[in-house]
Amino acid sequence: MIPVKYNVRSLFVRKANTLMTIVSIAFVVLVYVGVLALGAGLRVAFTASGDNSTVIVLRDGANSEMESYFPTETHRILASMPGVARDADGEPLASGETMTLQILERLDGSETNAVLRGVEDGAFDLRPYIRIAEGRRFVPGQTEIIIGDQLEGEVGDLELGSAIDLGRFTFTVVGIFDSGGSSYGSEIWGNAQEFGDSFRRQNYYSSTRLMAESPAQVEALIEEIESSQQINVTAQDEPAYFEAQSNISSGVFLRLGNLIAIMMGFGACFAAANTMYAQVAARSKEIATLRVLGFRRRTILSVFVLEAAVLGLAAGALGALLALPLNGLSAGTTNFMTFSEVRFMLRTTPDVLGAGVLVATLTAVVGGFFPALSASRAPITTLLREG
Amino acid sequence: MTEKLVEISDVTKNYRRDEFSIKVLAGVSMDVTEGEFVALMGPSGSGKSTLLNLLAGIDRPTSGQIRVAGQSLGALNDSQLAGWRHRNIGFVFQFYHLIPVLTAFENLELPLTLTKLSRAQRRKKVDLALDVVGLADRKDHYPRQLSGGQEQRVAIARAIVTDPRLVLADEPTGDLDAASAQEILDLLEQLNEEFGKTIVMVTHDPRAAERAGRELHLDKGRLNSATDTALQG
Repeated sequence: MIPVKYNVRSLFVRKANTLMTIVSIAFVVLVYVGVLALGAGLRVAFTASGDNSTVIVLRDGANSEMESYFPTETHRILASMPGVARDADGEPLASGETMTLQILERLDGSETNAVLRGVEDGAFDLRPYIRIAEGRRFVPGQTEIIIGDQLEGEVGDLELGSAIDLGRFTFTVVGIFDSGGSSYGSEIWGNAQEFGDSFRRQNYYSSTRLMAESPAQVEALIEEIESSQQINVTAQDEPAYFEAQSNISSGVFLRLGNLIAIMMGFGACFAAANTMYAQVAARSKEIATLRVLGFRRRTILSVFVLEAAVLGLAAGALGALLALPLNGLSAGTTNFMTFSEVRFMLRTTPDVLGAGVLVATLTAVVGGFFPALSASRAPITTLLREG
Repeated sequence: MTEKLVEISDVTKNYRRDEFSIKVLAGVSMDVTEGEFVALMGPSGSGKSTLLNLLAGIDRPTSGQIRVAGQSLGALNDSQLAGWRHRNIGFVFQFYHLIPVLTAFENLELPLTLTKLSRAQRRKKVDLALDVVGLADRKDHYPRQLSGGQEQRVAIARAIVTDPRLVLADEPTGDLDAASAQEILDLLEQLNEEFGKTIVMVTHDPRAAERAGRELHLDKGRLNSATDTALQG
């Protein structure tokens, strides 16, 4: 087999052409990795929200909390079910929650759909990763709210101590909570009863969260809930619920990423093909020599495909390097299940970077294949006359 | 030393240029005995390089038979021909055709990568071949760092590193000054006399042809039998 150093050194002979191609493919990788990093960040935000001991209950037929509502009586039945974990005082670890969308104005003048989540005290026990970063929790019976860390500094009216009209009442921001990277970071939390009164939706909840006695008990609890004759609800574990939400939202990014990669990759393919055609044309005598020395046509084909792959790998590595600073950038999107805004951070995970390098390599190999094929098929005597 | 290494029987070669058919070789027959040094002469377009290409199996005749080392070349497909060429033929080009991005050592090692030899065995063979051509001290030089004569000596070393039965040289001194040309001819002569290599050399230079044991003249695609001259007994 012809040593790889032959390919690498040959690419460096025509530096300008090689570099132009590497840069053009690297930009495809940059854009592709950027879009995939959006999807990966969104997925992290959703999966960080799910706890595998927690069961979320919605009205039967509802796919998200936004579509769901049921009487508070249903919540009381759910909380009293066997298999629901209890705290030190013997109270069930459960939280009836309401969800309302509120249009808020961002600092830049645009509008965002923020989620108002009305919760019971148990909400914090069910989500131990949520903690107050500044100020304090709201007090039940008071028109007080706390805001997620992703909203801080994004929406003009929301800061510690500020007042904001939500429904019929005016609420005061008494705390900012650290969401632990979860999608709750884009939400406003208050007491479920106060939000119910303010929006004239008393005695209804959107969802109930229950903590099972252990992750192993989750299946049994779900079966118990769904087989109950008293209530008409659907139950699933939280990771499954958020997985479904993230699949719809991050799937949009994945499809968008692929579409962009295909369109830009098509152009980059031509750049790779151009470089490889130039390589083949300039090296017709070398190819002839290799054939005269006894190298077979398929070896010549593999030499040039390998050379294109080396080109693609270099471009992929550069593109991935350029994309690294995207990690941790803040972004926002719509949760397509609830139509609320979710704010999250871009994640250039190893999977995402690997996908970028793979796209670059494939782009170069596809672009380099036909020049390689023509190099391997040309008669030796023709190649000796060319160049 | 009497075994026929090359047998060519009534070989013709036509090329198509658009609608025209050009006859380059018109019924050539000749033999080369193992251990011979044959010079193939003739004016431009007489078909001598075409005949050399046919002997190397890098082109195929329109009709006729070519047997080299007992193998009928017409019976081999392209892939088999490549393997056969690697085992039996060493080819020296007029313009050397060394791989510019590889050093002299790496250029010589290249054909050996097609064998099952270990790295150490390859190194030994390359060193020996470089020694024969007197360029052991230039093994880490790239072709651009060598003179024309040195490049051609490396090319000859590459042609013999696999120890082929037949060395084919296409105008090996055509691109060299007189002194370098003499060195190359000395080297080919040494390969023939000391190492017993069978050599067929295409040249249009009568002084180069004089070094060969036999001269064959091609004219308009035909061998001129009257000029088949055994020069050195």
